[in-house]
Amino acid sequence: MTGLRYVYAVCRPFDTPLQSQLTGVAGDPPRLLHHHGLVAVVSHVPEWDFSEEALRAHLEDLDWLTETARAHQGVIDALTAVTTPLPLRLATVFRDDSGVRVMIEAREDDFRRTLDRLEGRVEWGVKVYLETPPEEPAAAAAPKPASGRDYLLQRRRQTRAREDLWQRAEEFATRLHRTLGEYAEDARLHAPQNPALSGAAGRNVLNAAYLVPRTRSEEFVELVDRTKDDAPGLRVELTGPWAAYSFVGDIAENAGNVPGDPGGEKRGSAQSAARNATGDTTGDTAGDTVGDTTGEGT
Amino acid sequence: MTVVERREIALVDLLDRLLAGGVVITGDVTLRIADVDLVRIDLNALISSVNENVPSPFQGELRGELRGELRGELS
Repeated sequence: MTGLRYVYAVCRPFDTPLQSQLTGVAGDPPRLLHHHGLVAVVSHVPEWDFSEEALRAHLEDLDWLTETARAHQGVIDALTAVTTPLPLRLATVFRDDSGVRVMIEAREDDFRRTLDRLEGRVEWGVKVYLETPPEEPAAAAAPKPASGRDYLLQRRRQTRAREDLWQRAEEFATRLHRTLGEYAEDARLHAPQNPALSGAAGRNVLNAAYLVPRTRSEEFVELVDRTKDDAPGLRVELTGPWAAYSFVGDIAENAGNVPGDPGGEKRGSAQSAARNATGDTTGDTAGDTVGDTTGEGT
Repeated sequence: MTVVERREIALVDLLDRLLAGGVVITGDVTLRIADVDLVRIDLNALISSVNENVPSPFQGELRGELRGELRGELS
């Protein structure tokens, strides 16, 4: 029956009080646990919901997951308004306050270093979607094939149109990522989102996070906004500002600041896998003489 | 092309950060599930609930298998 401690974030001490109405996970208001010049933000949560066994079952329960994730994010958002928090992963739970203190002591150097690096920075999420389903443009434009030969030609046209679309999307995403990455202090690539999960229309070809100083965020948003006329058939979505969730990983890995992005390879292979799945792309010569029927402009 | 700023944060964007990002600390109660497993559990839960046509991979044997796998890691 003893309450457990759910930890949202670690930050430096701050003066501005959190909004009084704020409730965290399990309806418990977040409390500040000061230790060694750092602050852990914690809620008291019931053991029957947050024990190992209970958590395992809850994580398969979408309603519970949604509620908990939103409550967690609500506290992180409130913290982001008054300080620069180091957000912890969902469902980090300790037995009691002293367990939290031990954790702070074990990692305080890492925490301080990362807090220094992230001070005054926020994260922006940028996603690019290929709006038109790849099979539609050519299929809609093409008349019913009159013969087997027509049918084959038509299929090649469609394949080609799909490839063009994919290539344009990939080029656009790469260019955008480079532009935004130059402006941002750091960047991370997340795996593309599954449309079945996001419910978003179109295929997600870029899912990236950028670390930007708060003071330069307005320009960053404008920079994203200016891309809107660059490519037809694509949609850019911006989310944020977030706490720097995607840029605290080096604490966990204990590997310091790894240059480059390990996600790049993942994205590349996901894209080529997706491209391969769009149809057979055997290089028949007839393909070269078939006109562009996408009607999407260039 | 349009740039969309959404008011309500999509759950999937939240999970990108709360389950794939954030400082990973093994609390003294927290599950010792590898990151990938954790994400898989949640995304499978999501898939099966957003789309009734997709059978949950946690039904029947698969569910038992996964549980066994987790138990193995926990012990």
